[in-house]
Parts: sequence; structure tokens; C-alpha cells
Amino acid sequence: MPGAIYAEGLVKTFGDVRALDGVDLDVPEGTVLGLLGPNGAGKTTAVRCLTTLLRPDRGRAVVAGIDVLAHPDQVRRSIGLSGQFAAVDEYLTGRENLQMVGQLYQMTAKAAKARAGELLDQFNLADAADRPAKTYSGGMRRRLDLAAALVVSPPVMFMDEPTTGLDPRNRQQLWEVIKQLVSGGTTLLLTTQYLEEADHLAHDIAVVDHGRVIARGTSDQLKARTGGERVEVVVHEREHMATAAEVLRGFGKGDTTVEEHTRKLTVPVTGGAKLLAEVIRELDTRGIEIDDIGLRRPTLDDVFLSLTGHVAEAGDEEDGADGASGTPADSRGRKRKKETVK
Amino acid sequence: MSAVTDAVPRPARPNPIGQSVRDSLVVAKRNLIRMSRIPEMIIFGLIQPIMFVVLFSYVFGGSMTIGGTTDSGVYREFLMAGIFAQTVTFATAGAGAGIAEDMHKGLIDRFRSLPMARGAVLTGRTLADLVQTALTLLVLAIVALLVGWRTHTNVGEVLGAFGLLLLMGYAFTWIGALIGLSVRTPEAATSGGLIWLFPVTFVSNAFVDSDQMTPWLRHIAEWNPFSATVQACRELFGNPGVSTSGAWPMEHPVWASLIYSALIIVIFRTLAVRKYRSATA
Repeated sequence: MPGAIYAEGLVKTFGDVRALDGVDLDVPEGTVLGLLGPNGAGKTTAVRCLTTLLRPDRGRAVVAGIDVLAHPDQVRRSIGLSGQFAAVDEYLTGRENLQMVGQLYQMTAKAAKARAGELLDQFNLADAADRPAKTYSGGMRRRLDLAAALVVSPPVMFMDEPTTGLDPRNRQQLWEVIKQLVSGGTTLLLTTQYLEEADHLAHDIAVVDHGRVIARGTSDQLKARTGGERVEVVVHEREHMATAAEVLRGFGKGDTTVEEHTRKLTVPVTGGAKLLAEVIRELDTRGIEIDDIGLRRPTLDDVFLSLTGHVAEAGDEEDGADGASGTPADSRGRKRKKETVK
Repeated sequence: MSAVTDAVPRPARPNPIGQSVRDSLVVAKRNLIRMSRIPEMIIFGLIQPIMFVVLFSYVFGGSMTIGGTTDSGVYREFLMAGIFAQTVTFATAGAGAGIAEDMHKGLIDRFRSLPMARGAVLTGRTLADLVQTALTLLVLAIVALLVGWRTHTNVGEVLGAFGLLLLMGYAFTWIGALIGLSVRTPEAATSGGLIWLFPVTFVSNAFVDSDQMTPWLRHIAEWNPFSATVQACRELFGNPGVSTSGAWPMEHPVWASLIYSALIIVIFRTLAVRKYRSATA
């Protein structure tokens, strides 16, 4: 039996661009699928096809047990969509926005009003309920947008990059809201550019590139395919490098890479922060002074690099200096997130 | 978030026309609330026609020959039907800009993902614009009375003339809706909604006596849908300068105005709703 969201061979072209090039998806009821990919990968197009906003050129889609192409209007009754842009009317108050959406979901005016009040309380917007939405902060607008998508408590939800552009605190808040939501049994398809976000919220992740799903699995499975974590150490004295390499070999799950001129050593590990602490203690015991040490986790860029051989174009510009492999292309590609302990 | 679990999709409304009317009114209400919170838009919408009344009547009045006289009082009475008609057509730009902005901001996506009547977003917008046009027309009529404009017929005919003006304004907002759905930005919709209105409203009988135009221009002016409404208003107001041309729309201006407006609504509503169904921001 197909899941709450099911797609088979979705194709959509815009002129010469093949935005979707045969996408298959299957999201079991009550689970969360994270659609992960860079800008232009086809994530939004997939969501638009599944939410009846766009007709695919080819393929089949079933949402909440209803054929999307055959009965789009029935599908609309069973879904909530929260977009990349906070799609609320900024001149209307939060309450007016929710009431309007409720009425357009064919609720009576009275029921829509009651539901709006409930949602405003739930989403912590009660104090701002009667202010025009343009006075809201970015995070408040996203919450209002999400509330609007939840007016009829739809069994299936779609969120297109729900936290893009939010600061970390607001992102965290919105994650909490989304977690609560899915714990209630809602099936959710979420698109994101952040592996961390998919990690946090999704049971399953589908990596999308050039309109195709190029990998599927849990976040651990994907990271394992990407090569997992590494510990990176920069020692203070060049003569300590040999000893440091010996220490790292003891903790490592693979070959230690040594880069003489930057005094940097890298080794693949498993065990995360706990292991990192042990490495630091051991280096300290041996009297090795270190300039920098960090646990590097695979990022979306790494997942992409390992899966596709090319770099995701959405990453922010971090220091790309990567000693482990020398070519300029690689050092541009491997922008890893550093958790540095000083 | 316990409410999330008891998801109950609402049943289909049994009556699609009832749903369409109700959804349109919900959207119209939303647009009216919106307009009331941007009063400067209404103010600017009023200043422009009032400026035209003053400029045309005092600058052009006195040098224009209407019905064989250059009397500026006669020109002022002649002018008002033209200004009223031009003013209602300017609602086109507002409708277009509003819909383009909704597209731009992602609201159209939200509406299209809701189980609502397909044409309701556009109908709601055009209805709200109709209300705004009616208000503008009311203020403009008061200003016109202040500068000396008078009607010389009965109340029924005067109201009939305003009815024709509102119908034409409503028809034109559907052209604006199509423009709004076709362009990328609200700014483009505003200028795109206005530019073509200048030739349409000037190559007409609105500001000058079309009987005095060169033949080919006169022909265009006489068959211009806009001229039919202006001619009908002059007739119904009992104002001077009613064209004596034998062209059908000039001889039967009320019918011509009704037919033209109805045609515009049918054609542009069909096109706009079709465009809306496939609209992508």
C-alpha cells in the first residue's frame, strides 16, 4: 500500500530545464521525509506538483490516498502547505489571516473564528493576534504561515524550506513546533538545504540533485556513505607531529593524513564529541601543545561531493582550506562544519 | 498540539455557485480590509482625477469648441463624463498591481492550495476594486458639482449613467487581473496596467469632440468601447457635446456600453481564470 505521499516518475520541464527528471517518493503515514538539495535541485517543483500547484508532464502522484492529477480539489482539502515565503497578508492581522484561510477551507465563519483563536494560542501569537502581520518579526510570520497551513489539521503537510532566512533561535523554535506537530501523527514532507535540519526533523532523507533523487536513507546512513566524522588537529611544534599521528592512529577508524607545512593531522573517527575529549586528554598527557582541534561532521556539501562528485552551490562561504587533499577543486568543495574546542 | 490529530477534511460543498459567491466575498473582504489599511492609496487614487478636473476645465476650457461654442462652462459639463469614465478605467492598474503582489508574495500559491472556488481570488479582488471605484466616483462627482457640473435629466437616468461607469470599471479590472497574472512584479503591473489606458482614453470622445477629428481617427474614437460609455453618460446626464455621428455605438451608446462591458468581462474573465489556474510565481 502506498504511503500518505506517493510519487512515481514525476517529470516536469520548463523550456530546456528538466526541473524534475523522474522523481519517485514514498512517505509512510505518520513519518517525515526530508527532501534535501541545493537551490535549483527541484525540491520546490516537487512540492508544487504534489500540492496541485503545478501539473507534472509525466508521472503519478497520490496524496492522502487521492490521485493528485485526477482529483486535485479533494487533495486540497487534505493538505496544508507552508511555503518558502511566509505567505500571509501583511496588512491583515494574524487573526484575520487565519480566519480567512479557515473560511476558504470551507469552514463556517464561526468555526473559522474559533479555530483561529486556538491556533494563535498554540503558536504563541495571542498577544500579537490583532496587529497587522507586517509588524511581526520573521519568526512570528513563519509561525503564522505554519498556523495557516494547519487550520483544518490536515493529515498531510508540506513545508518548503520552513526555516530559510531565520536566525538560529527562531529556527530552533520552529523546529520544536514542527516536532510537536509530527508527534501528533501528521505525515510531513519537508524541503531543506540544511542537513542539520533534515537530521533534526526527518525520519528519512531523500537527496535531490538535478531533478532526481540520488540517495535515500536515514541521516546516519547518508553520513556513513559520505565518510562520517573526522578529527582534525593542528599541533604547535613541528617535532610533535609524529607523536600526535601515533595518538590519532589509536583513535582513528582509517588512515591518518598528515600535512607537514600546516602541521595539520586528520583522521576519520566514530564517537563524536566524547571521543574528541579523549583525544584532547591523550594529547595533553603526552605534552603535545595544540593550536586547533575540531570534530568535523559531514555537511550537505560533503554529502553532495561524495554522492555526485560535484559541489552543492547553496553552501555559505566558509574557510575552505582542507589539507587532507591537495587539489584546489577539492579544497573548495570540502567546506566542513568545524566544532572547534579551544 | 492535540487538535492536529483529529484531522477531518471538510466535505465538498454541495452547491458550487454558492461556494463561489461565498469564497469571492471572503476574498473581497480581505482586499477591502487591506485597502482600508493603506489609505494613502485611496488618497492618491482621488488626487489624480481631481487634478484632471481642475487642469482640463481651467486650462483647456475656453479654447475647446463644443457644440459650436467655446464657453468654458459648456466644456466643463462636456468634460465630466470623460473624466468619470477615465477614472473608473484606472482601477485596472490597482487590480493588476494587487494581484501581481499576491503572486510575488506567495499568497496566490496559498490560495491555489486551498479547496476554494477557482475564480474567487480574482472575483474577490475585482469586487473590492469596484467598491473603491464607487467611492472614488462619489467624491469626484461632488468635486464636479463644486466646479459647476450639472445634470439636466432625472435621477433614474443619472444613476443609470453611474451604473454604466461602474460596469465598465469592473470590466476593465478583469483586464488588470490578466495583466497582474502575466507580469513578474507589482511595479510592472502598475505601469503595464496604465500605459495602454492613455491611448484608449485619449483617442476617444472623452476630452475633445470626436466629430472634429480627422476621419480615420474619428472612426477609431467612435468605435472605441470607452467612447460608447462616455457618450451614454453625456446622454443620460443631459450634458452637451453628444456626438451626432451615425456610427452604431454613437447612436445607441447605452446598448453599446452594456455590450462592450459584458464582452470584456466574458473574454478577460475567462482568460484570467485560465491563467490563474496555471499561475506560477
